[in-house]
Formats: sequence, structure tokens, C-alpha cells
Amino acid sequence: MSHHTISVRNLGFVYPDGTRALNGVSFEVGHGESIAVVGANGAGKSTLLLHLNGILWPGEGTVNIGGTPVTRHTLAEIRRTVGMVFQDPDDQLFMPTVGEDVGFGPANLGLPPGDVEARVDAALARVGAAHLKERPPFHLSGGEKRLVAIAGVLAMEPSILIMDEPSSGLDPRARRRLIGLLASFEHTRIVATHDLDLAAELCERTIVLGGGAVLADGASAHLFRDDRMLAAAGLERPLGMQACPVCGRAPSGETSLPAAGAGSTE
Amino acid sequence: MSAVAAGLATLDRLDRLSRQQTAVHRIDPRAKVLATAVYIVCVVSFGRYEVFPLLPFVVFPVVMAAEGNVPFGFLGRVLLAVSPFAIVIGVFNPWFDRDAVVRIGDLAVSGGWVSFASILVRFLLTASAALVLTATTGFLGVCVALRRLRVPDVFVTQLLLLYRYLFVLGEEALRMGQARRLRSQGRRGMGLTVYGQMLGQLLLRTVARAQRVYLAMKCRGFDGEVRVARRLCFGRADLVFLAVWSALFVVFRAIDVPGLLGRLVEGVS
Repeated sequence: MSHHTISVRNLGFVYPDGTRALNGVSFEVGHGESIAVVGANGAGKSTLLLHLNGILWPGEGTVNIGGTPVTRHTLAEIRRTVGMVFQDPDDQLFMPTVGEDVGFGPANLGLPPGDVEARVDAALARVGAAHLKERPPFHLSGGEKRLVAIAGVLAMEPSILIMDEPSSGLDPRARRRLIGLLASFEHTRIVATHDLDLAAELCERTIVLGGGAVLADGASAHLFRDDRMLAAAGLERPLGMQACPVCGRAPSGETSLPAAGAGSTE
Repeated sequence: MSAVAAGLATLDRLDRLSRQQTAVHRIDPRAKVLATAVYIVCVVSFGRYEVFPLLPFVVFPVVMAAEGNVPFGFLGRVLLAVSPFAIVIGVFNPWFDRDAVVRIGDLAVSGGWVSFASILVRFLLTASAALVLTATTGFLGVCVALRRLRVPDVFVTQLLLLYRYLFVLGEEALRMGQARRLRSQGRRGMGLTVYGQMLGQLLLRTVARAQRVYLAMKCRGFDGEVRVARRLCFGRADLVFLAVWSALFVVFRAIDVPGLLGRLVEGVS
């Protein structure tokens, strides 16, 4: 069976303080698929992501990565397969130089120093950050930190990439560059985001979470036009799919002019 | 600039200095760490009333700083900033220890003043040696050296993380201080009560951050040991460096060089 698939069945999770974060979540992800997980704040996105590489253990249900169930015994293998990019790069970059930080994962895989070096160079070149190798991470801009955090995960050569809010805090150009970079990856990808325009551009499929359950799962192009469902999930259409705020013209591909305010949740 | 910002700027300067390429920077970190350790042991092992025999030791930080292109002005400022610690330790000695131990002409100097001077000199020597070591080796270099010298992992990992997160924590403290100042209308912002609460907040934020950092480390295969893929090579030059300096320190420790010189001069005249 391919390493690049994810199967989540009936996943439920309750935090120690009694908050139910996930309730009967089920979905399958195929090899090479690119999936957006969207939902309002507190919808359970981050909790779901933390289950995909064994940071949290399912209270109910199961998580399978490439046919291997996520258990304590399979943890090392799961974490080699699933690379996770955290929301705040400062949580991820802790070594004194960028090069050392990107090399942290490969070194933990037990690779000899020469191979670690080769992986570091390849990963930094892949994200276009080779020139940052000797710099300390705390001097980088937000966009550079994000690229280095991604390189740190790529250097472990995972089959599946999981990203939490990859575009948060980026300026438009850095965001555009990030979208281009992510689009060029061939990994199976899961992106949790509030940036629905990014989701619409990068992911053919979207899973909408609300109150810890799956509200909708289907083609992004279709779901992002379902104003009623989006409103129920506390979301809005991506800006690129809303009518022009100046002339009111519908975006390309829309057959009829949407009713006034159709893009909003009111 | 606030004290926190000044502290961060100093650390940053040390870090940039450590990325220079001089003969001193190229010496294997282990040789520098060991030489500095021998130096510190020799300096602190002098008796409490000894001041002059310590003076030859100044040669090590001075030569290392000059050769390693570490500006003396910068070193002086940092030493001045941390000197209150040493002053507080020794400042009460003159009150408690009033017996005269040295006579300069008619002037009797009490043991308290001499031991105070000795503490200050030892502080200046050891602190400047440690600063020069960091400025010519880099914090990571020192950690890698300690690791290869079989210092237990847990200490080295603590040091590495401490160094990295000083910046994150410092910036968090700066932001909180700024937020308080902006809404305190030029006054003290409700004083100490608020400071206490801010410290509590900072601690909570730190704990939350530590948890996230740990998770991120686990995701990249962390198993309790930070493996640094830096190759070190201990060559002949490094061995000579270590042997010559260590021998010099032991000589300075065993022989009172200024006293010897004094007697020589007296003997000649």
C-alpha cells in the first residue's frame, strides 16, 4: 500500500477540560491529493492535524497513514512519513543557524553528516532560501522564517505534508511566493487555513469542519459557491469568488449575478 | 532603549562577532573551551588576599580579543553592565575584615579592601575570557565542543534552547512592556501590581511556547539528544594552542610573576 494515503475513521477527541473538539470525523485522502481543511476558529482544525502524526491520540476512532495505524509502536515511522509545518515558525526554528535547524530532522534520522548536509542544501534550495543557511533564525523576516520552517520539514523527505495556516502573517508577495512553492510540491498535502483564496488555488478538494464535525467534503470549486453551507460553518466565499465590490460584476465562471450580499454570511 | 532590548542587542553583537573568520575563530572550539576552562580554574584558585599575582592573566583575553578582532570598547561595556553582580558580592568585605594586611608606606590597607579588589580582578578576568570565548567561537560552537567533550546531553540541550529562546522571550517581554506603556499615559502604569501580573503572563506564555516547541521537535524525530551535524577537526595547531596557553596559565599560577619582576628590579638597583 502507498505511504501517501490517510484514512481517518470516526475520530473523536475530548480535551482534558471537557471540551469536545472532534466528533465522528471520517475521511480518506488518496495518493498525491491536495486537501484544504477549513472552518471557523475553534472548529477543530488544529486538533485534527495534531492527530495525523500522533501528537494527540484518538479518544475514539482510528487514524491510518499509508495503511499503518497511528499507535505508540508505529510513531517513529509515522513521523518520518508525515511532515508537519507549524503555524508559528518560531515554535519550529530553535537551532542557532538556519542550516543547523534544517539539519535537525535528518540528523535525528541517524544519517551520516555528509548526507545531512546534502539534504539541508537540497531542502533550502527547494524553497529558495539557500542564501539564509548561515543566518540565525531570529533575524529572518516572517516570510523567510516560514520558508525555512518548510525546508526543515522537507529535509526529512516526508510523503505527506501537513500545514497549519501556512499563509498567516505573510505579506502579499511572500504569500504569493508560498502559494507557488506549495503548488510545485508533489506530496500528499493537507492545509488547514482561513485563507480560502489560498485553498481555492491550491486544493482541488476541501473538508469543511464545524463544531468538531465534518460539515462538507467535496470539490473546492463547488463548496466555495455554497453560501448557505459556508455561512453555517462561519465562513465566507473566497474573495476571488465574490462579486466585484465596485461594479457588482460576478467573477468569471459565474453564470448569473449573485444576489446583493451573497458573498457575506448575513 | 530598555534593558531587555540592550541585552538582546549585546547577544546579537556577540553572535555576529563569532561569525568572523580570523585565526582565533578557526581554532577548534574544543581547544578554546578547554584552554578557557584551565584559565578560569587557575584564576579562581588564588587566595583571597592575592591581587598582583593575578595581573599576568590579563594577557589571555587581551591577545584573544586582539587577534579575534573583538572590539575592546564592546567588551568593556558588557563587563561594566554585568559588574554590579561582582561588586555586590565583594562590597561588604571592607566592613567585616578590617585587619591590615598590606602596608604601602604609612598607609595600611585592610584585608577587606584587598579581598574586594581580588574579587573584582578575578571577575574581570574570568568574565572577559568567557566573553571572548563566545565572541570567537559562537554559542553553538561552545555547545558542540561541550558535547564532544562528553558533557551530559541534558545540559548542552538546555544551553542551546536557553540561548535560542532568550530572543523569543525577550521580544515577548518587549511587546508586553510596550503595550503597557502605550496605555499608561506617561505614568508608571499602576506600578508593581501590574508588573507582577505581567511576569505571571510571561511565565504562562513561556510554558505554552515551550509545549509547542517540544511538539515541533518531536515531529522532527527528537529523542532527547540534539545532534549537531558540524564536523570538527582537532589538528596540530589546536593542540599547540591548548598546550601553550595551559602551560602559561599553570606557570602564572605557580610563580608570582609580578613579585619576581619586582625582586629582580630591586636586586638590580
